[in-house]
Amino acid sequence: MEFGYTIWIALIPFLAFLITGLAGHRMKPMVSGLIGTVGIGIATLLSYVAAHQYFFGVGKVDGVYQKIIGYKMEWLRFSETLAIDMGVLLDPISVMMLVVITTVSLMVHIYSLGYMAGEKGFARFYAFLGLFSFSMLGLVVATNIFQMYIFWELVGVSSYLLIGFYYNKPSAVAASKKAFIVTRFADFGFLVGILLLSYITGTFDFVLLTDPEGAAITQGSGIAFMGLSVMTWSLILVFMGGAGKSAMFPLHIWLPDAMEGPTPVSALIHAATMVVAGVFLVARLFPVFALSAPAGLEIVAIMGAFTSLFAAVIACTQNDIKRILAYSTMSQIGYMMLALGVSGYGGADGLGYMASMFHLFTHAMFKALLFLGAGAIIHAVHSNFISDMGGLRKYMPVTHITFLIACLAIAGIPPFAGFFSKDEILVAAYQNHMLYFLVEYIVAGLTAFYMFRLYYGVFWGKEKTYEHAPHEAPASMTIPLIILAIGSATTGFIPFQKLVTSDGMAFDIHFHWNIALPSIGIAIAGILLATAFYRKGSDMPDKIAAGLGGLYRAAYRKFYIDEVYQFITKKIIFNLISRPIAWFDRQIVDGSMNGIAYITNMVSAGMKDLQSGQLQQYAFVLVSGVLILVLSLVYLMNN
Amino acid sequence: MSIPFTHFLVLSTLLFFIGIYGFLTRKNLITMLMSAELILNAVNINFVVFNKYLYPDQLHGHFFTLFIIGIAAAEAAVAIAIIINLYRNFSTMDVEEIDQLKH
Repeated sequence: MEFGYTIWIALIPFLAFLITGLAGHRMKPMVSGLIGTVGIGIATLLSYVAAHQYFFGVGKVDGVYQKIIGYKMEWLRFSETLAIDMGVLLDPISVMMLVVITTVSLMVHIYSLGYMAGEKGFARFYAFLGLFSFSMLGLVVATNIFQMYIFWELVGVSSYLLIGFYYNKPSAVAASKKAFIVTRFADFGFLVGILLLSYITGTFDFVLLTDPEGAAITQGSGIAFMGLSVMTWSLILVFMGGAGKSAMFPLHIWLPDAMEGPTPVSALIHAATMVVAGVFLVARLFPVFALSAPAGLEIVAIMGAFTSLFAAVIACTQNDIKRILAYSTMSQIGYMMLALGVSGYGGADGLGYMASMFHLFTHAMFKALLFLGAGAIIHAVHSNFISDMGGLRKYMPVTHITFLIACLAIAGIPPFAGFFSKDEILVAAYQNHMLYFLVEYIVAGLTAFYMFRLYYGVFWGKEKTYEHAPHEAPASMTIPLIILAIGSATTGFIPFQKLVTSDGMAFDIHFHWNIALPSIGIAIAGILLATAFYRKGSDMPDKIAAGLGGLYRAAYRKFYIDEVYQFITKKIIFNLISRPIAWFDRQIVDGSMNGIAYITNMVSAGMKDLQSGQLQQYAFVLVSGVLILVLSLVYLMNN
Repeated sequence: MSIPFTHFLVLSTLLFFIGIYGFLTRKNLITMLMSAELILNAVNINFVVFNKYLYPDQLHGHFFTLFIIGIAAAEAAVAIAIIINLYRNFSTMDVEEIDQLKH
């Protein structure tokens, strides 16, 4: 098998995890860091080789990119036809994801050598990073939906470990628990969805499942339940899992809190890789969605559109640099979801699919860059709040320039990467429904505005008093920034329509000036507005905030979603469900058990005096017993 | 002229219940041991008598009796050894005082 080596892309980080996890406390911290970095470096090289071989070599047969099984072993067999395999499935999206994950992970590994230097638990940090990389790589190359689910949970666990890395900080512990519980709750839907899906289609295997002529799609949508086919329901449940991981409304509440983790973790997990797992999941099952459950796809589109707008509005009001980026991530993932939701299957109809994957790719570059830049800033000023920052451009030139490139990329200014991918999404939305287009158009403007609000707030504006003069980050931190900045500037020119498409066939895209020009226009408008407000500092924003009153406060408080969750869980679920159940458990279940124990206890207490230690008493009982037996025997024999 | 069969049985029954009575009422361990010997001897009489009247040409009952006498001797030795040890530990012969084996 020519792609047999691809298994090592996932296994090498796992080995690094084992070495640094088991022996990390015996070695110098820097050694464990280097082991992790070299491991992921090899994995990165392998995935580049695999990508080159796949995209420009054997992957394409008769103009169509094939699904190739690189490696496969049977793991668990249920019946003649149903088995769970572990393996590597290579197709355009998984190969692309391999490149994205290993690249970002490598950057984060290198960056953390500087950022985490001297932290307690340095080896532990690298062990967790290795575990995370392994799980995420295993997820994207999964050959069947169950393997994906296993790695999906592993990703959740390693994310939990990394968010709670500072385990003696209560807010970090709370955030890690919140992230785990919320995504776990969503994964419950995913699991039920998997069971339903495999029940209908009789297979877990992605190749069979997503074959457009296969039995799974053509026969799958028979039985109806509450107006939708069972197939649609199962896909909606699967999407629920994706929505949890990808922080779609209303399961998004964990993502902003997850920023309690170390900043490189936020860059790796909560910007570039884990949070796009939901998008990847929908993309993986896209033929099933598109061909047999269009209603499910509609829901994906609506959720994506709403979340992108919702998160963008919140991002405009936040003060914590990482939270702004977190909401921005949610908003951009909303874009990707929407693009999948409005896409059709096959050829040029699959524009949205292509655009979504394209945006996933470019977003990974510039969002990782933004987070790593934010890490460098936080490293310099020891604060997360933009109100504590200002005028940093003189002190941190490299961070400043790379951050600016990322901001321009996310705002959608040509020729940076975000422009191209976002433009394709807007075209796809435009072709589907005007409303989607308008929402995303507004979000594009908001994105430009809040990103430049952040940019000006940090690098321009009034200089604040700092504990010590802010300094540029060390080379181990600036080199990843520069590499990612190059990526953010250039990846837009990758011809995704030739490489990653819904059915593997290349198609041509036509540049839509009528959409590109207005979108550049609104991005520039957003930037100019931010420039006017925040470059020198002005009292206009405060006045506008005061003018908006309740709306501003609601957005600042994240539309009270956390409070709603608190209310539902604490007041409604606890009082109406948990308390009665707890009462029943304590009084009825425990009560009956305790009752039996009490009765036994009483009976034995009454009986124990029979054992008096008096020998003659025993003898008396013995003799009278014999007498009774003999007499009754005599009596019976006489009758 | 022989003694009637029932006389022997009455004698052995009397001996047996005297033994039972003594075993249940006497507080002295030695007396209790003697009562137990009485019970054994009542049984011995029964064995011999039934052998004589039912199967005069056989000797099984006699053998049993001899066995019981032998075992009773051994039992008396063991029991007295136990009683001596009890006396050393408790400084008493009263069976009611020696009641440590209880709940």
